Amino acid sequence: MSAAVKSEFLDVAAIRKDFPILSQLVHGKKLVFLDSAASAQKPRAVIDAMVHCMESQYANVHRGLHWMSERTSDAYEAVRDKTAAFLNAASREEIVFTRNATESINLVAYTYGRAILQPGDAVLVSEMEHHANLVPWQMLRDAHGVELRIAKITDAGELDFASLEQQFADGRVRLLAITHMSNVLGTYTPAERLAKFAHDRGAKILLDGSQAVVHRRVDVQAIDADFYVFSGHKLYGPSGIGVLYAKREILDSMPPFMGGGDMIASVSYERSTWAKPPHRFEAGTPAIIETIGLGAAIDYVNAIGFDAIAEHERHLTDHALNVLSPLVKILGRAQDRGGVISFTMDGAHAHDIATLLDRQGIAVRAGHHCAEPLMGRLGVTSTARASFALYTTRDEIDALAAGLIRVKQIFA
Amino acid sequence: MIENAELYQSIIMDRTKNPRHAGRPEVFDAQAHGDNPLCGDRIHLFLRRDGTAVSYEARGCAIMTASADLMADAVAGLSAVEVAQRRTAFEAVVNTGTPDPSLGDLNALSGVSEYRSRIRCATLPWSALAAAFEDCKHG
Repeated sequence: MSAAVKSEFLDVAAIRKDFPILSQLVHGKKLVFLDSAASAQKPRAVIDAMVHCMESQYANVHRGLHWMSERTSDAYEAVRDKTAAFLNAASREEIVFTRNATESINLVAYTYGRAILQPGDAVLVSEMEHHANLVPWQMLRDAHGVELRIAKITDAGELDFASLEQQFADGRVRLLAITHMSNVLGTYTPAERLAKFAHDRGAKILLDGSQAVVHRRVDVQAIDADFYVFSGHKLYGPSGIGVLYAKREILDSMPPFMGGGDMIASVSYERSTWAKPPHRFEAGTPAIIETIGLGAAIDYVNAIGFDAIAEHERHLTDHALNVLSPLVKILGRAQDRGGVISFTMDGAHAHDIATLLDRQGIAVRAGHHCAEPLMGRLGVTSTARASFALYTTRDEIDALAAGLIRVKQIFA
Repeated sequence: MIENAELYQSIIMDRTKNPRHAGRPEVFDAQAHGDNPLCGDRIHLFLRRDGTAVSYEARGCAIMTASADLMADAVAGLSAVEVAQRRTAFEAVVNTGTPDPSLGDLNALSGVSEYRSRIRCATLPWSALAAAFEDCKHG
């Protein structure tokens, strides 16, 4: 084991053995996977839990009276408890399973947005949102007459509180929907301060935790979040499972999203009545196996511990900022930031950078990162992005730096 | 020099850094726009002299820019039908990786076949060119 792999916070070499895919070669080179912000790799524990479910404990949930269905329902519902504990939700009924964070936000926009928000009310997002936290609100605006407002960010890539204040000034903002960590700039937003800010002005807050939840312990009660969303696949779990947390009284007030089995209390040809939350929002057979996988992913990160994960990633990020700064232009310099680093290189397009790095086995993302308006705000059309996970090593960041030097040589 | 960087061979880097046909002409017969929403690559093409001369304004990666510049050389003086034939032949080259002797320098882009996500970068100028000829017909 090289010294660089064993950090003082995490035994990264041991952790890497948990992820079968990381030992693969790409183009004959060791895979250096620096695209975890798009989707993270999966540990053996997650893979095994899903296989175990299919091999020995699988039937539909909430329906059968037989042993297999009851056991599967128990396992499925146990993940709700786990997720509630993971976010420190006040109760398990506040956890709704969805397909991903995008669906969670669409659910809120469709139900809370249409039933509770009124035409003339405003929804406020920031300039650094993923399309997932912008487009659903545009659709709500167009369908329901709700105004959509945009709070500015500073050149450092932090939320501009003066702009926020301005947008709230006329008292019409009823919902602040904002990222907890930017998928482009790595900026953390001050969730607790924002929640208080919104609540003091009579608005609710929705936090897009797709990135944040992977790197820091999130406590929705300490934040006082009204809504909090994330995806399983970025948290080392499978794709196809996401989470919507919402305060119980808010979920109680919301009509269903989709209709079908499991979300009803009673059905007749004349009318149907709705189940209580969370089942009201889980129509049809859910992603049973993926939910079991999410439970294993939560167990996995809990066992490592967020103190160690956060410390490891903070050191990686500091190291990366040091070695990359002389080579590329890094976008954003927020005080409170995580391991997502977007950059550009003079004369070389992001896609050319990504292709040349790929040939060295280094996977980075290039493009607009589902944040086109933010690209415009930053004055670029696309960036390359390296993002880190608990399995990322200092050696991999050094490999990225070496790869970028070669790109520079070609484009000099 | 980097291994496996055949795609970024000297013809392509030369055309990217020193394009021969870039710029908006004062007079033109037809124009068309092409963009790739995946990466934000954009090209605006101008046809002059009854479609026998092409120039462009591009903002994008090295592959797209070089492809546009090489295309402008390759279609100079050709009729619309001949251009359409070249486009078909070129698309075959970038999809299969097999050079076509009739295409000359355009074969420099054959390596793009190994980078599935980049084939569209090489073909974007050609789609825009087809659209410009349409504009010509209707214009």
